[in-house]
Amino acid sequence: MRPNSFSDMSEAPLRHVRQPLPHDSAAKHVQGSAAYIDDLPEPAGCLHIAIGGSPMARGSLMAVGLERVRAIQGVVAVLTAADIPGKNDISPTFDDEPLLAAREVIFHGQPVFAVVAETRDAARRAARLGALTIAQEKPSVTVEDAQARGETVLPDYAFQRGDAPATIGAAPHQLAGTFRIGGQEHFYLEGQVALAIPGEDGSMHVHSSTQHPTEIQHVCARVLGVADALVTAEVRRMGGGFGGKESQASQWAAMAALAARVTGRPCKIRLDRDDDMAMTGKRHDFRVDYAVGFDDDGRIQGVEMAFLARCGCSADLSQGVVDRTMFHADSSYFLPELIIGTRRLKTNTVSNTAFRGFGGPQGMLAMERIIDQIAWRLGRDPLDVRKANHYGPERDVTPYGMTVEDHDVGAAILEQLEASSDYRARREAIAAFNATSPILRKGIALTPVKFGISFTLSHLNQAGALVHVYSDGSIQLNHGGTEMGQGLYQKVAQVVAEEFGVGMDRVRITATTTDKVPNTSPTAASSGSDLNGMAAQIAARQIRERMAVLAGEHFGVPAAEVQFRDDHVFAGNESVSFAELAKRAHMARIHLSAAGHYATPKLHWDRPNGQGRPFFYFAYGAACAEVVIDTLTGENRVLRVDILHDVGHSLNPALDIGQIEGGFVQGMGWLTTEELVYDKDGRLRTHAPSTYKIPVASDMPADFRVTLFGGANREETIYRSKAVGEPPVMLANAVFGAIADAVQSLAPGRPVVLDAPATPEAILKAVQAVASAG
Amino acid sequence: MTRSSIRFVRRGRVVQVDDFAPRTTLLDWLRIEQRLVGTKEGCGEGDCGACTVVLGRERDGKLVYEPVNACILLLGQIDGAKLITVEDLAPGAASGSKELHPVQAALVARHGSQCGFCTPGIVMSLFALYHEGVRPVTREAACDALAGNLCRCTGYRPIIDAALDVCAEPAADGSDARADATLAMLRRLDDAQDVFVGDEDAFFAAPASEESLAALLAEHPEATLLGGATDVGLWLTKALAPLRKFIWLGRVHGLGDIHDSPEVLALGATVSHARALEPLAAIDPDIGEVMRRFGSNQVRASGTVGGNIANGSPIGDLAPMLIVLGAHLELRGGSERRTLPLENFFLAYRKQDRRKGEFIRSLLVPKPGPGDHVRVFKVTKRFDEDISSLLMAMRVTIQGERIVMARVAFGGMAATPKRALAVETALLEQPVNDGASWAAAGEALASDFAPLDDHRASAAYRLQVGKNLIVKALAEIAGAPSSATRIIGHRETAHAAE
Repeated sequence: MRPNSFSDMSEAPLRHVRQPLPHDSAAKHVQGSAAYIDDLPEPAGCLHIAIGGSPMARGSLMAVGLERVRAIQGVVAVLTAADIPGKNDISPTFDDEPLLAAREVIFHGQPVFAVVAETRDAARRAARLGALTIAQEKPSVTVEDAQARGETVLPDYAFQRGDAPATIGAAPHQLAGTFRIGGQEHFYLEGQVALAIPGEDGSMHVHSSTQHPTEIQHVCARVLGVADALVTAEVRRMGGGFGGKESQASQWAAMAALAARVTGRPCKIRLDRDDDMAMTGKRHDFRVDYAVGFDDDGRIQGVEMAFLARCGCSADLSQGVVDRTMFHADSSYFLPELIIGTRRLKTNTVSNTAFRGFGGPQGMLAMERIIDQIAWRLGRDPLDVRKANHYGPERDVTPYGMTVEDHDVGAAILEQLEASSDYRARREAIAAFNATSPILRKGIALTPVKFGISFTLSHLNQAGALVHVYSDGSIQLNHGGTEMGQGLYQKVAQVVAEEFGVGMDRVRITATTTDKVPNTSPTAASSGSDLNGMAAQIAARQIRERMAVLAGEHFGVPAAEVQFRDDHVFAGNESVSFAELAKRAHMARIHLSAAGHYATPKLHWDRPNGQGRPFFYFAYGAACAEVVIDTLTGENRVLRVDILHDVGHSLNPALDIGQIEGGFVQGMGWLTTEELVYDKDGRLRTHAPSTYKIPVASDMPADFRVTLFGGANREETIYRSKAVGEPPVMLANAVFGAIADAVQSLAPGRPVVLDAPATPEAILKAVQAVASAG
Repeated sequence: MTRSSIRFVRRGRVVQVDDFAPRTTLLDWLRIEQRLVGTKEGCGEGDCGACTVVLGRERDGKLVYEPVNACILLLGQIDGAKLITVEDLAPGAASGSKELHPVQAALVARHGSQCGFCTPGIVMSLFALYHEGVRPVTREAACDALAGNLCRCTGYRPIIDAALDVCAEPAADGSDARADATLAMLRRLDDAQDVFVGDEDAFFAAPASEESLAALLAEHPEATLLGGATDVGLWLTKALAPLRKFIWLGRVHGLGDIHDSPEVLALGATVSHARALEPLAAIDPDIGEVMRRFGSNQVRASGTVGGNIANGSPIGDLAPMLIVLGAHLELRGGSERRTLPLENFFLAYRKQDRRKGEFIRSLLVPKPGPGDHVRVFKVTKRFDEDISSLLMAMRVTIQGERIVMARVAFGGMAATPKRALAVETALLEQPVNDGASWAAAGEALASDFAPLDDHRASAAYRLQVGKNLIVKALAEIAGAPSSATRIIGHRETAHAAE
């Protein structure tokens, strides 16, 4: 066997990394023994919280009548803004969102008071009895309402290169249009929940279903008016997050902490599904106005895109989200001259927030719509127009000045998928089908994904981990990443087991908690395993090196030649079990605990000038979707999907494929059946699964072929893997393109006016429009 | 004789519960009172399936397992059943055992869980499928079995694969070996006693006979009648309705009978949608397809045909189909019985012709005659487990080339399920092969309905699709194969022959 050393450990045969191990909690999931916060034994005296929300979307709060609320048997306390000892603000950054409305209400359902009662049932009943007097104002519901009032949550921001209007005007062909992109409810199966347990000296232990424990700590401390060090936030697992528990968990954690402070008792809040959907933010919806100039090959010469974002009632994470829309408005294409403008409009709707892809999907979808329209105008296959515009040599600088160094990866994926999906032959077969099928029409599309990996807020690109080796050789692993189903805990455990050369059963995974690893970044931006895997590796290697020195001394070989594998430590011809070495290390007074810290290299971003390298690297992929639509009803079905996706050298191919398939289906839901409907009063009408339709089993394409693209990450990431959480969502753009393609087949050459989501109603409208446009 | 407790079987023993708030849901009883927290609450309205548990009951001498949504089922409704929760499949889990039921092992092997919150419900739905006994289980059957279980993480592929894997072989988890013993226990629980838990002010009652039911209802005409509670459950969990008196019909002897003859199908009021599916599908495959898409497995196992009709929802799928078939409703109040055409039962929005103290006994559904053609289309945002934007049912009788009788009814187009009389008139005496007459019939729809705009669909969409569905139905009746006219529910491949 060839010798190992620390420096080339990653080149050694791997025992755990790259293996398709199941999710760390898989057995517990199926047994029902994996505990979520509502499943934890309730501390003695635990109280329950329910929220009284505003019945109006905009107005001044004149009076809050709580007599009937307090009169309900079991009610212990009713909290309003006046009960907050610290600051009435739960916003992540911009100081613009109260925990409980104080003087004005800014969206329908906004929390105004909180009932704390002996049972959840009593709290819920009482919460409906508040008498709120509100001087009502007309709400801004749509982006047009907000435009008319000139109300924004953040300043306008744009990328610009060249003189796009002039270039468009001089181009051989021009197109202009408007396109609407709907929002999306996260619909994590476990709703928002928090349990706060008061401790001594004003301390508070908060169990929160959150992707961002450090922010829970900050917000609870801020609301309670105590130092961060007095608040501990903990989360073992979430029942889904998808971005909906990044900033949105804070309000409920803070509510529980406030109630625990006021009553001196443990307090739990678990939102009812309707409250959850009405009171927490969603994916941003947009209106996109565009104009584009292009040549005879469909190659874009100049483009102007104006993104009008419905941000809702506060800034929340809209700066990063809408910035990311801009970062991805190029999709995979070189745009020689451009204006990518954004307005972050303030509406009296719940504040929109992070959602898997973080604004990227909307930017990419808008560009893919433009490409389709170009292709149809020219009578060309949209795939050819995509390829003509793809980043390539000399055409490799993004609208924000970052060079796409590995555009060949994206191009290779497109080529491979075109061949493996049999795209050209199927396009012909579909044309033949459509020629004899007046009612049912088929469509196909093949679209690329290029997604920038890193937080665009550069300071978030860091992570910490804490690894303990106990004297019996068992290992405890903790890091700042959270587990929401993506399998992060298992991936990081695979890295740590690999470093120590021990079996997975020796690594005990523990809950994420701010008292073990402080100052963590949210588990978001697909960064979980990139950041925390590295931090854990750094921590593990410190301990391993200390143990290697001891083994080397004992066996008389250089420490660098000591190998850790098969639960043993080898030095020359000698070996000792890992457990025995751990015991000896302890006896030799060697520190068997280490903290690791990692910061992503190469990043710089100059937001005022819109220039820099905001991303460490790009993740690539492509999808080919075939659909059938019913031109009499607008009903539709996805028939076949082929995906080729780039995860670098996978840490765990089973978990990565799970992210790809799940992300794709979630994106497909966003673009087809999932429709958020607000009425004119700003009230969300689709606030439960009975009215808001995420995909079910039969919506999954019956023919679903997912392949991982080979190559290593060219950047030095953990075992040369790539991030995988968000990029697959945008694979679903192929579904939308295929639906539009099916509509287009009714009247080739005419523009298709189809907004997202492509519900049956939206499709029928588009069908009627192309049919009557003749 | 009256019993003042409910009794059910769990883990081979009889559990008796004699003190519970009448409105207690099974889920709250499990999670809050028993601390059995493996079963999750995802939505509290029977749509996501995270709370799925399985009930075992005797049917035609056999033990059958059905998945139900514990969040909207009242605790009292499990009287006489065997209750199986996720904890019962791997009893060692609490002490860290890795021992798994075959369904659980298949899900692990296929990476069928990510966040894991929906997983216990999915395990239970697949447990029921595993024991349904039908082999082979097709992909479509697996999807049907899972239609009531939302998963937001996986995209379902690994879950469906796990279902196909574990159902490739006959069930072999030992449950069948114990089936006789379980049946014997269930039979011992199936007494003729009326159940009455609570007091005159607040109770959960489950009379055993029509006489007891009629008497109890006469005494408490304001009591809430429960079929499957798939709607009443939401009044409790969502509207927090202050209901105190419940009369569950599930134990009333004879009310769950099905009588099928060549002329008429008689469905007792408490026949579940799951049981009604097969005989209804035998009338016409389109009806079978609507029943397949009716709620979910969980909803079909709990919900009853009588409840669906009595509830009077304008978007209930059963009524328009049965109206075009000419169904009648049989009601009883005290000792008086009456029968009326189903279409006359619906008076106005959620106002039905059910008198004080009356209950529905049965639905009488005439079978289509020779020359009759039936078509039903359900249009939704999502094919499975979705409430209709609109549903159209049509029955026409063709003699020669002419339409000599036409019945067309819609759901989702008005405040009640309602016939489209102008459309019917327009169709009458028209040649069936004439596309122009189809369009004319479609145009007549505008004088029948002025539909609503809501979050499911706009008024314009409903009206347009209503017209289009008339055209589509007539095109099919005139001979177009349904493979060319619709995306799912092809008649040519339906199990039940036309």
